Amino acid sequence: MPTTAALTRYADLPALIGLMEGDEKHGPAAHSTLDVVWVLYDRVLDVAPATADDPARDRFLLSKGHGPAAYYAVLAAKGFLDVSALRGWTAFDSALGHHPDRVLVPGVEIGSGSLGHGLPLALGTALGLRAQGLRRPDGTAPRTVVLVGDGELDEGSNHEAIAAAGRLDVSGLTAVVIDNGSSSHGWPGGIARRFEAEGWATREVRGRDHDALHAAFTRPWGDRPLAVVARVRSAS
Amino acid sequence: MTASTTAATARPAPPALAGAAMRETFAAVVAEAMEEDPRVAVVLAAISAGMFRRPASRHPGRVIDLGIREQAMIGTAGGLALTGMRPVVHSYAPFLVERPFEQIKLDLGHQDVGAVLVSIGGSYDASEEGRTHQAPGDVALLDTLPGWTVHVPGHADEVRDALRAALPGEDRVYVRLSGTANREPRPLTGGLTAVRTGSARSAGVVVAVGPLLDRTLEATAGLDVTVAYTATVRPFDRAGLGALAAAAGSADVMLVEPYLRGTSAHEVSEALADRRHRQLSLGVSRDTELRAYGTPADHARAHGLDTEGIARAARDFFLV
Repeated sequence: MPTTAALTRYADLPALIGLMEGDEKHGPAAHSTLDVVWVLYDRVLDVAPATADDPARDRFLLSKGHGPAAYYAVLAAKGFLDVSALRGWTAFDSALGHHPDRVLVPGVEIGSGSLGHGLPLALGTALGLRAQGLRRPDGTAPRTVVLVGDGELDEGSNHEAIAAAGRLDVSGLTAVVIDNGSSSHGWPGGIARRFEAEGWATREVRGRDHDALHAAFTRPWGDRPLAVVARVRSAS
Repeated sequence: MTASTTAATARPAPPALAGAAMRETFAAVVAEAMEEDPRVAVVLAAISAGMFRRPASRHPGRVIDLGIREQAMIGTAGGLALTGMRPVVHSYAPFLVERPFEQIKLDLGHQDVGAVLVSIGGSYDASEEGRTHQAPGDVALLDTLPGWTVHVPGHADEVRDALRAALPGEDRVYVRLSGTANREPRPLTGGLTAVRTGSARSAGVVVAVGPLLDRTLEATAGLDVTVAYTATVRPFDRAGLGALAAAAGSADVMLVEPYLRGTSAHEVSEALADRRHRQLSLGVSRDTELRAYGTPADHARAHGLDTEGIARAARDFFLV
């Protein structure tokens, strides 16, 4: 067992997840969100434990609150959470449940679990940052990234937010859709088209390819919101 | 405090005008607050967008009309609050409270952020529009969630006072505008105020909420009862009611509320748990859906919330 201080790398995530779920069953492949969340915190978002309350920080909102072990593991690897907190997850007095609670978990931006809430919350967050004219130290505007699942997109509330964000040109908003084919009735023609028709910039990418994810999140996308559809095979 | 009932003989304001006055006061007070407080933002779903054109042009990005998208309206308000802003969210009561109720529960309450929700069309104000535009259950629904302050102003001046109290804060506040109003405004104390005090041998206490005060005073003019008023029903002034009941000849309480019947009955029970009492709740009927149009006055009569209905219920309850 490595020491706590060493558990900060991508390669350590299975061990961290193992503290919650047990070592026997789950490698990183079982967690459809793991690579996306890692790339965001490791290479894209400008937020760290020291800036977790900075009004101009970047925000990550996990809308699909299900299966949060990967998210907790990344937060622990990045120092938002004590590794020791992972062991007792879902116990009565643990801060970590099967759905994250922002009031209980340092670094968690929203409480989620009921599907279809994250995108409207992210829209409001991006609009709030824009209305206040907040800027990071390098002069750029903070961004708000929300992760939704392709099954979660069934919820109509997402489509209210997708349409409104496109019309209001909310360029500070990025939605990443984890597409593991779990939507009951599918999305004929593809998920990206739903965003594109509403005025979003869209990119499709393999959801385990770190360099491709990084490029999709960071290549300039203009004065529109950005949707990144990340395809993964896992069904978790 | 003792007050005469001379107001009952004054000429009533036309109900439609009184309702418009509350809505216009709301728009004016919020526009004024936006000048002074950069945190204040307005979130709309098409309804009343025209009333906020001027502040929208003066404060870019702080009047957000999402179109007819009420789930996104509450979610957006939650997101704004997460960035430190003070969202004011407004629509007809059924589209503000009932349709996006889970968003109110999760995007505001569960996120532990606040907003000021301001409704029009409560209960049967939209009488000609029918059931789709009526929400007599709005206060009862919010009552299932912790941490809400609920104001039911009885006059446009009370709307102003409620908003000025709510806007600087960070908590969750519902302001329920009404299409009818009392002739005179009353101070917004947050609790119960005795408007007419009965004798030491009085038959009990009548609690009149918001716009129903004037007709309640008129309906109970011939009875020896204390009539108390409140424009703030959550948190409910349990201590105040306990004190009024203790001073009355009997601790019996009649509650007159302009929304779903019995919405505050459990509050009365809690307030008087330490003494024997009877209680009666008046409000919008729970047991049947009233499939009728007409005027708000027609609906008040049908629910027993007109002066005659309240008087009849008060006689039956207190004169036993």
